[in-house]
Amino acid sequence: MKPFSVFSLQDKQDLSKVASFEHSRFLAGGTNLVDLMKHQIEEPDQIVDLSGWQEAHQISESDHKVTIGALVTNTELADFAYRQPTLSLLSQALLAGATVQLRNRATTGGNLLQRTRCYYFYDTTKACNKREPGSGCAALDGFNRIHAVLGTSEHCIASHPSDMATAMTALDATVHTMNAAGEVRHIPVRELYTLPGDTPHIETQLGADELITAVSINKTARGTQIYQKVRDRSSYAFALVSVACAMHVKDGIIENINLAFGGVGSRPWHAKSAEDYLRGKSATEALFSQAADVELSAAKGSGGNDFKIPMLKRTLVHVLGQAASHQQQHPDHEGAIHVR
Amino acid sequence: MSSITINGQTHGLPQDPRTTLLDFMHQHLQLFGAKKGCDHGQCGACTVLVDGERMNACLLLTFQLAGKSIVTIEGLASDDELHPLQQAFIDNDAFQCGFCTSGQICSGVALKSELEKNRPSTLWFDPDYTKTEDVKERLSGNLCRCGAYPHIIDAVSICTDEQEA
Repeated sequence: MKPFSVFSLQDKQDLSKVASFEHSRFLAGGTNLVDLMKHQIEEPDQIVDLSGWQEAHQISESDHKVTIGALVTNTELADFAYRQPTLSLLSQALLAGATVQLRNRATTGGNLLQRTRCYYFYDTTKACNKREPGSGCAALDGFNRIHAVLGTSEHCIASHPSDMATAMTALDATVHTMNAAGEVRHIPVRELYTLPGDTPHIETQLGADELITAVSINKTARGTQIYQKVRDRSSYAFALVSVACAMHVKDGIIENINLAFGGVGSRPWHAKSAEDYLRGKSATEALFSQAADVELSAAKGSGGNDFKIPMLKRTLVHVLGQAASHQQQHPDHEGAIHVR
Repeated sequence: MSSITINGQTHGLPQDPRTTLLDFMHQHLQLFGAKKGCDHGQCGACTVLVDGERMNACLLLTFQLAGKSIVTIEGLASDDELHPLQQAFIDNDAFQCGFCTSGQICSGVALKSELEKNRPSTLWFDPDYTKTEDVKERLSGNLCRCGAYPHIIDAVSICTDEQEA
């Protein structure tokens, strides 16, 4: 690990006291960043340590909205959301990811900003435009079974690894930030991530001095919520394909639909075309299949990950069918199909 | 608060901020109970309790833990008696080479308190899950390359059941 200096942030106002944000990283739980620093993929000269920032550990609620502090752990958020039917997707997605040890340490802001698990990003002897702009992409002709099929470019096919961000994308969460000049922004999570294009080393629209302070989610009713994750083993593995779905059906017609995909996109994938296709129509399996085709018309495999396209279609049709059938049997149902 | 408490003893923080808790314990304190398996948060051999919550010591930078209280495998037993889960590992023949054992036991101790706190697991969304499946899911962050899983699950399940009874 390369040596670094430490600035200890106690309050978000302290951002203005940081002399420079060049070669600087915010450090929260460190479950991804510390690992990347050990691999010398991340080599910051300065760490802005967030462990003394008490205010960011809070979850606050109003009648319409939940606001989750940036340092709320994945365990705390999963526990909270488990007991909130309108946020069920968040709990389902978090608990399907990582391990208890990691979720106890990983934070809300850090989870959003974790890096890809592309093998070639991690292997510093291989070409990677994300790690070293202009060096090429070894994944294009390499082992690319885990890679993205949506939103990729000829420069990068890395997939975004987060389950939580996929659920937040479906739930249309808002990411709140503040920069060193004290300017605050409220960014829809669906707009937080940039597509790789020819700059895959740029992953979000955040500035170097811009700190995620919180994430808020409206508590509006969305219907039956299902996070279906398909992976190589049933625990402690990243998604090959995941579908986050919230659906409300009234008199056989889809009144509300929220859809996002994990494991298949260069960013958590908001399936907007499929949502638009489904909304207001009669919930049938034929419709679900057509909606999948609409969303996946731009999907592109790279060989090893070609299987993800039909797998995503099957998973989506299955999840939509499950949600629709539950809505028909239990009108106005909200949240997970089953909780203990 | 430039100190950390480990198994009840207070220590000053290491000077180099790169020092992980695992390296700090190994290289500065001669505490070798938590093991370095992968050093990347994948195997769980370094699992310790930080203010009661289990975490991978290899991914924790010690300087971030000022004021925290850590318990390792060395801190579980009392002077003359093993922790019940340590005894259960012996009674159930729950280890072979033993390298993962300290992490498994720290994880199992935390698992019991997480169940007490009614913390959900992914299986709680499944109407047909069994207690054994739930224990397996909750221990998935601790690998055992000897494959002693059946007896590890037995030992942890027995201790968990005793608590519930």
